Amino acid sequence: MDATILSFLLLDGLQNGVVYGLLALSLVLVFAVTRVILVPIGELLMFAPLSLVWLLEGKLPGTLWLALALGGAWALMARGRGALLPLVGGVGLFLLFLLAKGVPPLAYLAAVLLVVYLGVATYRVFFQPMRGATVLSLLIMAVGLHVAYQGLGLVFFGPEQFRPAPLLSGEVVVGLSWQGVLVLLFAALSLMALYLFFRFSLFGKALLAAAESRLGARLLGIRPEEAGMVAFGIASLLAAFSGLLLAPLINAAYFMGFMLGLKGFVAAILGGLASYPVAFLGALLVGFFESFTSFYASAYKEALVFLLLVPALFYQSLRARTVEE
Amino acid sequence: MRYLWFLLLLLPLALSPFPYYLTLLNFFALSAMVALSLYVLTGLAGMTSFAQAAFMGMGAYATALLTVKAGLSPWLGLGAGLLSALLLALLLGALTVRLKGHFLPLSTIAWQVALYILAGNLVGLTGGHTGLTDLPPIHLFGVSLDTGFRYAFLTLLLLVLLVLALYNLRHSRIGRALLALRGDALAAASFGVDPAALRLKAFLLSGAIAGLAGFLYAHFLRFVNPTPFSLEASIKYLVMAVAGGVGSIPGVMLGAAFFTGLEDWLKDLLPLLLGRQGNYETIGYGLILALILILAPKGVWPMVERYLPNRGQGLPKAEPLPLKSPDGPRGEVVLEVRGLQKSFGGLMVVAGVSFTLKRGEILALIGPNGAGKSTLFNLVAGALLPDRGQVHLFGKEITGLPPYRIHAMGLGRTFQHPHLFLELTVLENAALGTYSRTRAGFIQALLGFSRKEEERALATAYRALKRVGLESLALEKAERLSVGQQRLLEIARLLASGAEVLLLDEPAAGLRAQEKRELASLLRSLAKEGYTVLIVDHDMDLIMGLADRVVVMNYGEKIAEGTPKEVQRNPLVRAAYLGEEEVA
Repeated sequence: MDATILSFLLLDGLQNGVVYGLLALSLVLVFAVTRVILVPIGELLMFAPLSLVWLLEGKLPGTLWLALALGGAWALMARGRGALLPLVGGVGLFLLFLLAKGVPPLAYLAAVLLVVYLGVATYRVFFQPMRGATVLSLLIMAVGLHVAYQGLGLVFFGPEQFRPAPLLSGEVVVGLSWQGVLVLLFAALSLMALYLFFRFSLFGKALLAAAESRLGARLLGIRPEEAGMVAFGIASLLAAFSGLLLAPLINAAYFMGFMLGLKGFVAAILGGLASYPVAFLGALLVGFFESFTSFYASAYKEALVFLLLVPALFYQSLRARTVEE
Repeated sequence: MRYLWFLLLLLPLALSPFPYYLTLLNFFALSAMVALSLYVLTGLAGMTSFAQAAFMGMGAYATALLTVKAGLSPWLGLGAGLLSALLLALLLGALTVRLKGHFLPLSTIAWQVALYILAGNLVGLTGGHTGLTDLPPIHLFGVSLDTGFRYAFLTLLLLVLLVLALYNLRHSRIGRALLALRGDALAAASFGVDPAALRLKAFLLSGAIAGLAGFLYAHFLRFVNPTPFSLEASIKYLVMAVAGGVGSIPGVMLGAAFFTGLEDWLKDLLPLLLGRQGNYETIGYGLILALILILAPKGVWPMVERYLPNRGQGLPKAEPLPLKSPDGPRGEVVLEVRGLQKSFGGLMVVAGVSFTLKRGEILALIGPNGAGKSTLFNLVAGALLPDRGQVHLFGKEITGLPPYRIHAMGLGRTFQHPHLFLELTVLENAALGTYSRTRAGFIQALLGFSRKEEERALATAYRALKRVGLESLALEKAERLSVGQQRLLEIARLLASGAEVLLLDEPAAGLRAQEKRELASLLRSLAKEGYTVLIVDHDMDLIMGLADRVVVMNYGEKIAEGTPKEVQRNPLVRAAYLGEEEVA
């Protein structure tokens, strides 16, 4: 291996690693606030670029109807004034989609908002009624939604792969495209925004409080369902942007999200599903590991990534006490 | 009654003119086995796995490789299949059973995906996505099981035997311990259950069952490829188990039957509806799973069961387990606590407390709320690790040992907030106490060899219930008990365990006056028999009338020790309870 290949592999690993990192952060956040392990995050990610492709071709994507259906269920379940948000949001989303057909800037916005609306609606319709359920039941629900959403992705978009045009074309240097730079920039910006949000805004602090202790947060007037909606909203937002930026580099198809999400999980598990910095660093490690294994054993790279779990789980097992109250 | 399951063996005869339905019948039997493997894991042990199809795949590929590539007998393939499924389970389990409950299922997703990719890409070994073909049929007693009709007898027979074995498991000490572990690991561990070891064994059993199903699958189709061993397949089995009702065997069987039929129907219908070929049935699975989890989290079976005649178990009539009464000279030191210290964050909750407990005495630990009494209890019983100090039980150091080890040495406890299993009967709750006095392991329990011991365990529990006056409620669910009765049940569980040193955390809270008097006389007679009691309570009348000695704590420190009379006169104690002015 010479220096050129090495730098290729490092750049490639970094570019994928930061995306895994954003997913891992979203997963840790959602888990901390709601106890939900958000397996369908990969599907939320996948919905964004594919909906965009449909919009740019002047068609309304099936995801819109899915989002509106879930929004309708959300409104029915919320009733009263709580129904206002899903109704207004749904109508707004629909109008935006009508306007955005074939109009690139609007289409990007529409794709992002669609995924955020869908993510929040998913929380309200499927997870919020289960509050009080065990982590295990919530996980089973999440996995069920993953297969359902992936299957719907196949129905909506078919089995073909799409490559949306990049926002910026061309290469900075050989091996690093401008689109790749955008991915890195977006990751850096997101990290900064998340840091500022949780460090300085009242709502961010409230969210962390809710993650620390749901009862304690409630006693201080923070509603857990509100905290859950925001957590799902942030996770969906990060997933949607990641999907849009990544799609021109790796092709978009109905199955693309799951593996990306799963690698985010590996990173989140490296951080014990609790530590944000370790999860993000873990994600970079996953990215580099993957890019080097793909050089040496490309057919198995997707499988080998999971080997990283072995030392991580082993280490955590050594530290664990067997009996938890 | 449970032998009615053998009627399933009539199904192949009834369906013999329809080869298509015979195939479905075989698929039902195999799916039911995998779903039952989830009954062990999720229904009993409270874990779950998204890799059951991968375990099937281990069984299937092992036998395919041995029979096709090496030309060996399928029975060797069975051995290799079970072994490789067990090895996989051992690897996954050993890495995760000590961690919080969600790490196991989450990592099973990852391994499932990894193994699926390997099966598709190790073309030289597995034949890739084309798979391995021409597996030999199984021969049994000279008959070649090469038709769906003949094969169905084998799969259904094994299924029925599995069902019976799992009934045995459920009604054994192991089944009880697993259910206890699912509900409350600390309570289970306090009665001798080693959570990590038991979880690992349950995972191994579940992996082996799925591996067996995989072996049968391979020799039924006589062809293996990766598709039936994918994550989607694993989820399908989970949906079957959860939708039917993963907490009961009939529920799981119902789910398997329903979804085997539904899958077949959806596979024909959905492509027609959508005008395209594809795995669209996963949408249905996902949505059904979501609906079930929201609308009927326990599955369909509990709703059906309500309308079935309830054939409750009878009261145990066997001879109780031999109760060795505590021996050793009265007044000998049984428990010695030296300089025990524990802080949470910056807050010192127990600050260097020492005391001794002598055989046959009742020692009361009192102090205002927040004095650190319960924390001290948890430190002694092994539920918390002390920062400093030692605990000796019968002269042996137990500092830092896990609760199940300490319990086995003769120390038992109750909890400040009762840790009971509300879905189990009062009798079963008490019988958990006998866990460390009984021996049967997984294999004996599955084969039904532990029934005698189990009868005696239940009889022991029943005797303990009599002693606390709950025998008339023995067959009720524990959720029907009042708070006071729940505390008495905790004491009965403790008595059934045969522990000699009894730690009682507020046993009288919520009891009526008459019940308190009965409790006091029970504790006195236990002390007379040589049991040693350490009791925390806020009822001063009870404590002062009952205790031989009293230790008083305040702000984590021991402030006084002596007979009830002595401590009542102690100015520090009066100050702690009545306020500082009293001292001045």
